[in-house]
Amino acid sequence: MAYVISKNRNYTKTHEWCLTADHVCLVGISDYAQSELGDIVLVDFKVSVGQEVKAGDVIATIEAVKTVSDVYAPVSGTIKEINSKLADDPSVVNQDAYGDGWLLKISAANYSECDALLKPDEYENYISSSH
Amino acid sequence: MSKQNQLVRLALCDEHIRMGAKMVDFSGFYMPLHYQKGIIYEHQAVRQNVGVFDVSHMGEFEVTGENALSWVSYMTTNNAETLHVNQVQYSAMCYQDGGFVDDLLVYRLEDRVMLVVNASNTKKDFLWLKHHLPKSGVELKDVSSSITLLAIQGPKSKELVQKLTPINVEEIGYYWCKPAEICGVKGIISRTGYTGELGYELYIPVEQSIHVWNELWKIGKAFDLEPVGLGARDSLRLEMKFALYGHEIDAEHNPIEANLGWIVKMDKTNFIGKDAILKAKLELPKRYNVPFVMKDKAIPRQGMKVVNSSNTEIGIVTSGMWSPSLDKGIGTAYVRNGEHTVDHQIFIQIRDKAQPATIVEPPFYRK
Repeated sequence: MAYVISKNRNYTKTHEWCLTADHVCLVGISDYAQSELGDIVLVDFKVSVGQEVKAGDVIATIEAVKTVSDVYAPVSGTIKEINSKLADDPSVVNQDAYGDGWLLKISAANYSECDALLKPDEYENYISSSH
Repeated sequence: MSKQNQLVRLALCDEHIRMGAKMVDFSGFYMPLHYQKGIIYEHQAVRQNVGVFDVSHMGEFEVTGENALSWVSYMTTNNAETLHVNQVQYSAMCYQDGGFVDDLLVYRLEDRVMLVVNASNTKKDFLWLKHHLPKSGVELKDVSSSITLLAIQGPKSKELVQKLTPINVEEIGYYWCKPAEICGVKGIISRTGYTGELGYELYIPVEQSIHVWNELWKIGKAFDLEPVGLGARDSLRLEMKFALYGHEIDAEHNPIEANLGWIVKMDKTNFIGKDAILKAKLELPKRYNVPFVMKDKAIPRQGMKVVNSSNTEIGIVTSGMWSPSLDKGIGTAYVRNGEHTVDHQIFIQIRDKAQPATIVEPPFYRK
């Protein structure tokens, strides 16, 4: 199925995206990831605001009707905000993975971590080569 | 997906891809998991309107010969010999120890018996049956690859199927079938399905698959017919607590434990597994398969542990998912006898948390 790769952010091999603005990293999952998961019915956050995380830590578990997948912190830092709207309507992640379907914000300990992630074209190559 | 090359591509495969299906490996068949609107949408389309599933991966065997029916009755737990011509029966094949070989549909047709088995078990079932064939009086043939099977399910299915055939669909009772012309092609219309909705299954010669498929969509348009994948097939069957091989039933469990005692007929002549199943019935099973509903927002999955209030492990989840109709996590589990009663509270170990759940009366979903 067709998917979109937003050009203004970086990606991980585990399909998170990371968009840095005003010293804060906005984190979500890629359109490819949401389309692979199918209808998302629950986003279970494993962290709370103020908590320190390391890159690679599980920050949320996303449950779709038939599948379940962990979401990992793309960068290290402190959790600044969690998208509380997802509790009522997690399908927003399906509908708008790069916009209203964002998961959380991290005050990055080191912003260069976000720059070191996969660029959009690298992520695109990564997805097409892994199939 | 290099593995795609080894998968079996059935007659309608390219049609599904053209319709935007997400295709997956299902027991070696390249099948639609869901289409563009997703599992929940497809699930609701079947509950409220009408949907079509391509389930041509299912296996079909033809049994002929003078002793066909009595032999099928010996091989299965339900009483095939009570079937009238064009009647259908839900049944099971069991091993000598009572464990399931498979669950299946038995069709008594005019000149033959047809068995419809799970795609994942077709080869195993055929070998099992072949191994037990008598020297004469019964012939067995695997005709799976010559049949396309479409399930048309939902409240509007009768009206839609009526437009496909000159016969009076109204006359086909639940678990009965009738040979019929379907879009001008000779096949069988069967009032069966695994969704809990009014529904029909159409058996069509594989050569005519695309013709029937195209005609179906021409006529289906006026009914808002939706294509439905295997994802919603699973969520629809689970909401009814219908058993699925590899989940509620397998070689390790017998029909009594699986709460399928009703498809075992002890008063008929001998059948494979009879002694073991009778013993299981008399001794009371150590475990039962039960349906449960999650109390909070949590989704059980197959293989998760079940614990009781004192944190003792009492069983294992056999199916679990988000129920689109109940908007809750639902599942089935084998739990210890004594912990299996309705309203009893159990806990499902979902990752790091024991989440509360309540055992309920089946089905989960009622109209």
